[in-house]
Amino acid sequence: MQLAVLGGFVVAGMAPLLHHWFGARTPLVMALLPASLAAWLIGQWSTISSGEVLLLEWAWVPGLDITLTFLIDGLAWLFAMLISVIGALVLVYSGEYLRGHRDLPRFLVVIIAFMMSMLGLVLADNLVTLFVFWELTSITSYLLIGFNHSDLAARKAALQGLLVTAGGGLALLAGFAMLAVAGESWSLAELTRRGELLRGHDLYTPLLVCILIGAFTKSAQFPFHFWLPNAMAAPTPVSAYLHSATMVKAGIYLLARLHPSLGGTETWVVTLSLVGALTMATGAFLAIQHTNIKKLLAYSTVMALGTLTMLLGIGTEGALVAFVVFLLGHSLYKGALFMVAGILDHETGTKDVTAMGGLRRVMPLTAAVAGLAALSLAGLPPVLGFVGKELMLESVLAADAWRPLILLLAFTAAFLTLAVAVIVVLRPFFVTPRETPRAPHEAPHAMLMGPALLAVLSLLFGLAPGLLDSLVGATVAGIGAPGAEVHLALWHGVNLPLLLSLASLLLGLLAYRHWDRLRARLSRLEPLMARGPEAGYEALMAGLVAVAGGQTRFLQNGHIRNYLVMTLLVLIGLVGHALFFRHTLELDFALTIYLHEAVVAGLMVAGAVAACVMRSRLAAVAALGVMGFSIALTFVLFSAPDLAITQLLVETLTVILLVLVLFRLPRFATLSTPLERLRDLAVASLTGGLITLLMLSVLSGERLPRISDYMIANSQPLGHGHNIVNVILVDIRALDTLGEIFVLALAAIGVYAMLRFHAEEYDARHHAPPPESDDG
Amino acid sequence: MVKSGTLILNAAARLLLPLQLLFSLFLLLRGHDEPGGGFIAGLVAAGAFTLYLFAFGRPALNEMLKVSPRDLVGLGLLLGVLSTLPAWWVGEPFFTAQWWTIPVIDFKASTPLIFDIGVYLVVVGSVLTAITALVKTDQEEDEH
Repeated sequence: MQLAVLGGFVVAGMAPLLHHWFGARTPLVMALLPASLAAWLIGQWSTISSGEVLLLEWAWVPGLDITLTFLIDGLAWLFAMLISVIGALVLVYSGEYLRGHRDLPRFLVVIIAFMMSMLGLVLADNLVTLFVFWELTSITSYLLIGFNHSDLAARKAALQGLLVTAGGGLALLAGFAMLAVAGESWSLAELTRRGELLRGHDLYTPLLVCILIGAFTKSAQFPFHFWLPNAMAAPTPVSAYLHSATMVKAGIYLLARLHPSLGGTETWVVTLSLVGALTMATGAFLAIQHTNIKKLLAYSTVMALGTLTMLLGIGTEGALVAFVVFLLGHSLYKGALFMVAGILDHETGTKDVTAMGGLRRVMPLTAAVAGLAALSLAGLPPVLGFVGKELMLESVLAADAWRPLILLLAFTAAFLTLAVAVIVVLRPFFVTPRETPRAPHEAPHAMLMGPALLAVLSLLFGLAPGLLDSLVGATVAGIGAPGAEVHLALWHGVNLPLLLSLASLLLGLLAYRHWDRLRARLSRLEPLMARGPEAGYEALMAGLVAVAGGQTRFLQNGHIRNYLVMTLLVLIGLVGHALFFRHTLELDFALTIYLHEAVVAGLMVAGAVAACVMRSRLAAVAALGVMGFSIALTFVLFSAPDLAITQLLVETLTVILLVLVLFRLPRFATLSTPLERLRDLAVASLTGGLITLLMLSVLSGERLPRISDYMIANSQPLGHGHNIVNVILVDIRALDTLGEIFVLALAAIGVYAMLRFHAEEYDARHHAPPPESDDG
Repeated sequence: MVKSGTLILNAAARLLLPLQLLFSLFLLLRGHDEPGGGFIAGLVAAGAFTLYLFAFGRPALNEMLKVSPRDLVGLGLLLGVLSTLPAWWVGEPFFTAQWWTIPVIDFKASTPLIFDIGVYLVVVGSVLTAITALVKTDQEEDEH
């Protein structure tokens, strides 16, 4: 399985090549990948349904305790199944939707990569692995939202989605680290068994907060819900797949996965129930205001995600069963509805539901599919959505915390969602026909197949919910209610949830009748909406840019003398702090100085002083040279021939470079006021003094074993070389050297770029012919 | 500022270049056991080319080098990174040194040597990139 997922990334990379071979049929060929994964998963069903947990072990970074182990239980199975099946359908669908699109190969690369990341996410057993896949889904989602990258709005929406989810990802990483510390394991299978330990741990509250921020941003919970409707800038297959059926459910998956280990505490119950219920009502309330079919569906997705979070918060066995049924139901109908929305857009050329009408005559099949899916969205019998909604209302009625408020929010959401469902079907397919930008036809089979299959499944599971008993049972076992007896039924008799459903049906139809007036009323609230969480996001981004600009102007002001002063001051601060406050300064050493050493040291001092006071640039350079050669001499005296040779060569090359540069520089000017020179003197003396103190304190008292002893002892046996300096450079510390040669290369490219671009600007200013380009 | 050189400089550069380059190779190869190594050898070679540059000018240097100094930088980095890979092949951690003895000439080849050659190329390439860019700017500004 791991090989399949990792290999999937390779397949993703091969998409352009496959496109070269198979042309427009490539999406069909690539759909074989998720289809075969689904087949494999079905093959494992007998194991999973018996309540066993499949652990596929694979060590990845054993040194850091990171594994690529996959954990397949009912929960992971359900999610993996949804990802592969809907993935295959979406691929088939997108082949038609994007037929002939110039960037089809790019689309395929990213969507397959996303699919594999998502599979990795729901199957991973290790927290670090899960996090890696989590971030991969954020990045691929970014690329998919911004697929139409010439569109400014799409780019902006993509960036917003990325910043919100990746920002939450940072919190999640911190949360995972604390979780691993508190639970003493990185393995989810282990952590599930350590619920008692985790809930009693001191870190429980901080780690819960961090993980919830991660999950809430990913799953678009209030107040982070605003990125999801904006993400509708993506092509419709992407919306159907990422932003309704799979990625936005990653946060929900994580919460479900951690429910056995972290759930059940008062913090958990209250936070999740309230945030979930609030998201639910917000989503439904915002949905009703839109006429763009994708936005309508997007906000109703926010509503559904809120419902799922709320059910996890309530956390009773009934709520968990409702969670699984609602999750499955939502994936089926929302995937179908988005694909129908894509068909409408594709056939009519508009996304505005008020601009369509009477399409049932020209596209009866699509209308039937949309009707079935919308029944499920509305929560009406006889489809799976009804079962899910009844169970949801039942568990809300049994909730412990904040019952009246949650019930009110859930009821509001229910009737508004019903109105949305009615709008989505009645407006485009019934009422009076209207002229649309394009003359619509029935959709091609490849586009109808996906939504039709999903809608029929909704109907099938609605008529015979007993088919799902074992699946729901196995999934609920993974969420923390093992051994639950699950018996789903369409008809529960006349009870309170049914009455609530009836009431919501009436209110919903009423809301639909007065939809136009309702929208007009609600549009008056716009000034209030403009102060919502999205405004907070905008303000945050603007602030970030302002701060970055300000600190760049302050720190990177283009004067090398300021850079030097700044760097040295930081050095003084750090070294001084370490020297005086972290250690007690001991100066206890015996110093024997020979005459020749004193002479060399004196030369160095003289060179340095002369370089500072000389009035001519050439003299100053010569004085620096004296210093450099004295340093080389020191290396010779203390038997470090490599260093001495290097120093001599560097000095020589410096002279060459200076000769080339020197006479080009402006006249030697005194740029600093006397006060500034005093400041520079103080900084220089402090730096010199501190470094000297540091050296002396290193000499006194051998506190730590010297690292050079190891190098001397191992240079020959391990590195097969007698020249310790070279063995350190190319073997023992080769990674450092690799970094350094990259820096050297960057510096050379920097010099080249600065000089060349400067020269070109110079030419451009003087209208001279372009410079000769003989530099290869 | 830099004029193509006098007779003495030209003759010296022509004679010294091969010697200096040989010396730099010598330093490079013996570096593992005696003073030397890729960095020093690279500096020596860069010095040799710079002397040639001063004597005959940039076009002559380009013609002799055949490749742009910037390509040398890229090649060097590539060698440096490639030298880390053989360890993976035999299942040892990233960057572990590998040693092979080439039978006939009894030469000890190793990944550190490949790495050192990479360092050598990066140093030569970087120094020459900077110096030729400076010389070129210099000449252009003289023309204006």
